[in-house]
Amino acid sequence: MEKQDFTRLGERMYTTILNNGLPVYVFPKPDFQKKYAFFATNYGGMDMRFCLDGTWHDTPAGVAHYLEHKMFDTKEGNALQQLAQNGASPNAFTSNGITGYYFETTQKFEENLSILLSFVSIPYFTEESVAKEQGIIGQEIGMIEDNPDWRVFNNLMKGLYQYHPIRKSVAGSKESIAQITAQTLYECHQAFYCPANMVLCVAGDVEPEQIVEIAERVLPKEAGVVAQKDYGLAEGNTVAQREYTEKMEVSAPMFQIGFKGDAPKHGEQGMRQELMGDLACEVLLGNSTPLYARLYEQGLINRNFSYGYYGVNGAAFLVAGGESKDPRAVQREIFSETERIAREGVEQSLWERIKKGVYGNKVRSLNSFENLCIGQAQSFFMGTNFLEFPQVYESIQKEDVEQLLQTWVQPERTTLSMIVPMEGSGA
Amino acid sequence: MTQVTRQELWPGVWLRTIHTHKFKSSYMSVTLLTELKQETASENALIPYVLRRGTKKHPDLEAVSAALDELYGGAIEPVVRKKGETQCIGFVGSFLDDAYTLNGESILEQAMGLIGELLLEPCQQDGEFLTSYFEGEKRNLIDKIRSQMNDKRYYAVNRMTQLMCQQEAFGVDKLGSEQTAETISQKGLFAAYERLLDTAAVELYYCGSAPHHQVEQIARTVFAQLNRNTQRIQPDCDVRIHAPVEPQRIQEQMEVSQGKLAMGFRTGGMTCWEEEYPALLLCNAIFGGSTMSKLFLNVREKLSLCYYASSTLEKMKGILLVSSGIEFEKYEQAKSEILAQLRAICAGEIEDWELEGARRTLVGTYLAALDSQNQLEEYWLGQSVAGLEENLNEIANRVEQVTKEQVVAVAQKLELDTIYFLQGMEG
Repeated sequence: MEKQDFTRLGERMYTTILNNGLPVYVFPKPDFQKKYAFFATNYGGMDMRFCLDGTWHDTPAGVAHYLEHKMFDTKEGNALQQLAQNGASPNAFTSNGITGYYFETTQKFEENLSILLSFVSIPYFTEESVAKEQGIIGQEIGMIEDNPDWRVFNNLMKGLYQYHPIRKSVAGSKESIAQITAQTLYECHQAFYCPANMVLCVAGDVEPEQIVEIAERVLPKEAGVVAQKDYGLAEGNTVAQREYTEKMEVSAPMFQIGFKGDAPKHGEQGMRQELMGDLACEVLLGNSTPLYARLYEQGLINRNFSYGYYGVNGAAFLVAGGESKDPRAVQREIFSETERIAREGVEQSLWERIKKGVYGNKVRSLNSFENLCIGQAQSFFMGTNFLEFPQVYESIQKEDVEQLLQTWVQPERTTLSMIVPMEGSGA
Repeated sequence: MTQVTRQELWPGVWLRTIHTHKFKSSYMSVTLLTELKQETASENALIPYVLRRGTKKHPDLEAVSAALDELYGGAIEPVVRKKGETQCIGFVGSFLDDAYTLNGESILEQAMGLIGELLLEPCQQDGEFLTSYFEGEKRNLIDKIRSQMNDKRYYAVNRMTQLMCQQEAFGVDKLGSEQTAETISQKGLFAAYERLLDTAAVELYYCGSAPHHQVEQIARTVFAQLNRNTQRIQPDCDVRIHAPVEPQRIQEQMEVSQGKLAMGFRTGGMTCWEEEYPALLLCNAIFGGSTMSKLFLNVREKLSLCYYASSTLEKMKGILLVSSGIEFEKYEQAKSEILAQLRAICAGEIEDWELEGARRTLVGTYLAALDSQNQLEEYWLGQSVAGLEENLNEIANRVEQVTKEQVVAVAQKLELDTIYFLQGMEG
């Protein structure tokens, strides 16, 4: 395996690509009790339309997530319990862009890794077991639909995007998942769960060569053919809808404001845009900015206020939100602060301390094996190495970030999504 | 290697340090331990939030945040926790460990200094907190108490606890109630702050690369102005051994699409201080504390009666809580099935794989906590409140020794106290 040291970060990474095309990354962590493995496919909730062997498939919303649930079924029973019996904490998630399976364990790591690789690469569904899952996932959908945080975000996506499938909920709806059959799941697995479309990342006190040996033994020998994805018509810069309001039983209005950005490029440019997006949020809205202080003091935001950059294939945006008695006033304040920055620029001392602060936070986040492994998997799918961020970060200038704010934080690129209390409820 | 040291700096003021080079950050906290009481809970809970607004030297949020940015994006958060019947009020901070600063500078002293400053040198006017800080944070606290109803899963368990322990301090929420929060006065709050500083036991905590003696030296300087001529008393926890002969049954309605069922059991007086505690832990893990528990596998997976069903233990109070999300019409069925699962344990119907799986999960959780700075802090604070010094390896070892018979014996002591059901509006 190839070894790379990132001395400033105190990290080491071993890399190789298996004969079947699967990239493997190992981060050795002596002194740690736990070991973590993350096995992911470049396939998520937004990959509904794809072409395999010359045939186009239109699959129902929620199929990637449904497949994630059903992958744990094995011929012998259920992999979740198999792993749990070995003392591992297994789980999985489906995001817009990827599906990831992982476990953390302090015991029987090698055996648990074999189980993980095996159940994710060998599908086993029956019509009966697929039908039974409708109830469980239906309940899950019911639960997230009751969750105002989820609703406000989902509505934001519908406002920001006209065509991009990020508009659809990753879990789908009760109606859409009703169309899913065992056949659908087998097709999606074949299209996206081949070694050539996946990545394996491991962190812990492990022997890198042993990871490779296990992966080569358990996984299919062939790379497989990866399906071609389609995200529909190209998105312009203008949002689909500038405001989106819904009533729910909440105590105070909740909101998220999104600013539509440019779709991220593959490779270092994409990483650079992400880091610039983080910095842009910090200089505009961060805790130590004049705007944040003003909003907080006027009671327009509280400590729940949060913000960030979000990017997937074909779509990227800045988002800020929380609870507010007057979300429209927050939006007005953000626009006027952006105009001020356009006139006067970001104050030099603010820029310098924020650049230092964001760096420290990024390094601290590497404490988490999960951040490290998921970060590397996502970076790999986007064509970069996660731990190379310091060089890219250093090259970003104040002017780059000012430019990004001027371009993205514009009324025609903005959607305000709000959840307001129902009449006669609590507040 | 990791070295844990606990030392009394002054009467009632303790410092615990965890010396380790594992992490990229240093993690610290200061906590005031006081009795949880209906009359003072809201007042106490408000204090750290008002303090966090500014100090004499850093008089507003912008200034505090700027100081944190300079310390490589360190974070200091006000926290209010409930451990048994002790209300824990204070700050937790996370900073880049000195080993990773860009120019090799040490930031530990300044970091701890800032935490001390927030606790001891608030920005004040005429012997009171600033009106705008008081008013703003009081509003935020009330909003936060109200917004607890947004998370229905949390709400149902919290409400059940409140109803079950109406006559006990444990029934009080860590934030108190909206009514008591409304009555807090500006003058009263400052008096409460001064009283708390003088009477609460103080727990200081540090985890990072600095050795104990260095941290001790810094802590002695930073917290020098704490009053030393005063009695600091650590609160007790009242344990009720039995449930009422007939369990309380309470049903409430709200605008939700999924019902929430919560059940509270008394443990027959078993708590973290008893010999049987490891057996109780394992009993909880088998019943509903893991993904291979009886509740998860049978009530959720096999019978599809709910989306989630789990149990948790309140180790100081001697209470076991079951929380479940169900369809409204499945109330009776879900309730009797949950009780049937407990009866199965009492009857000794525990498969070997269930016992061993639960044991592996539990041991794994304890060992993994050794690798997480916030879990370590949470664990050691709990131990300090309980007056226990057993470390994570030791408790894991005791769990290894528990027999099936011991699990059955503790299960037989569980008594159902309260059943709470949150259902949707009719029509």
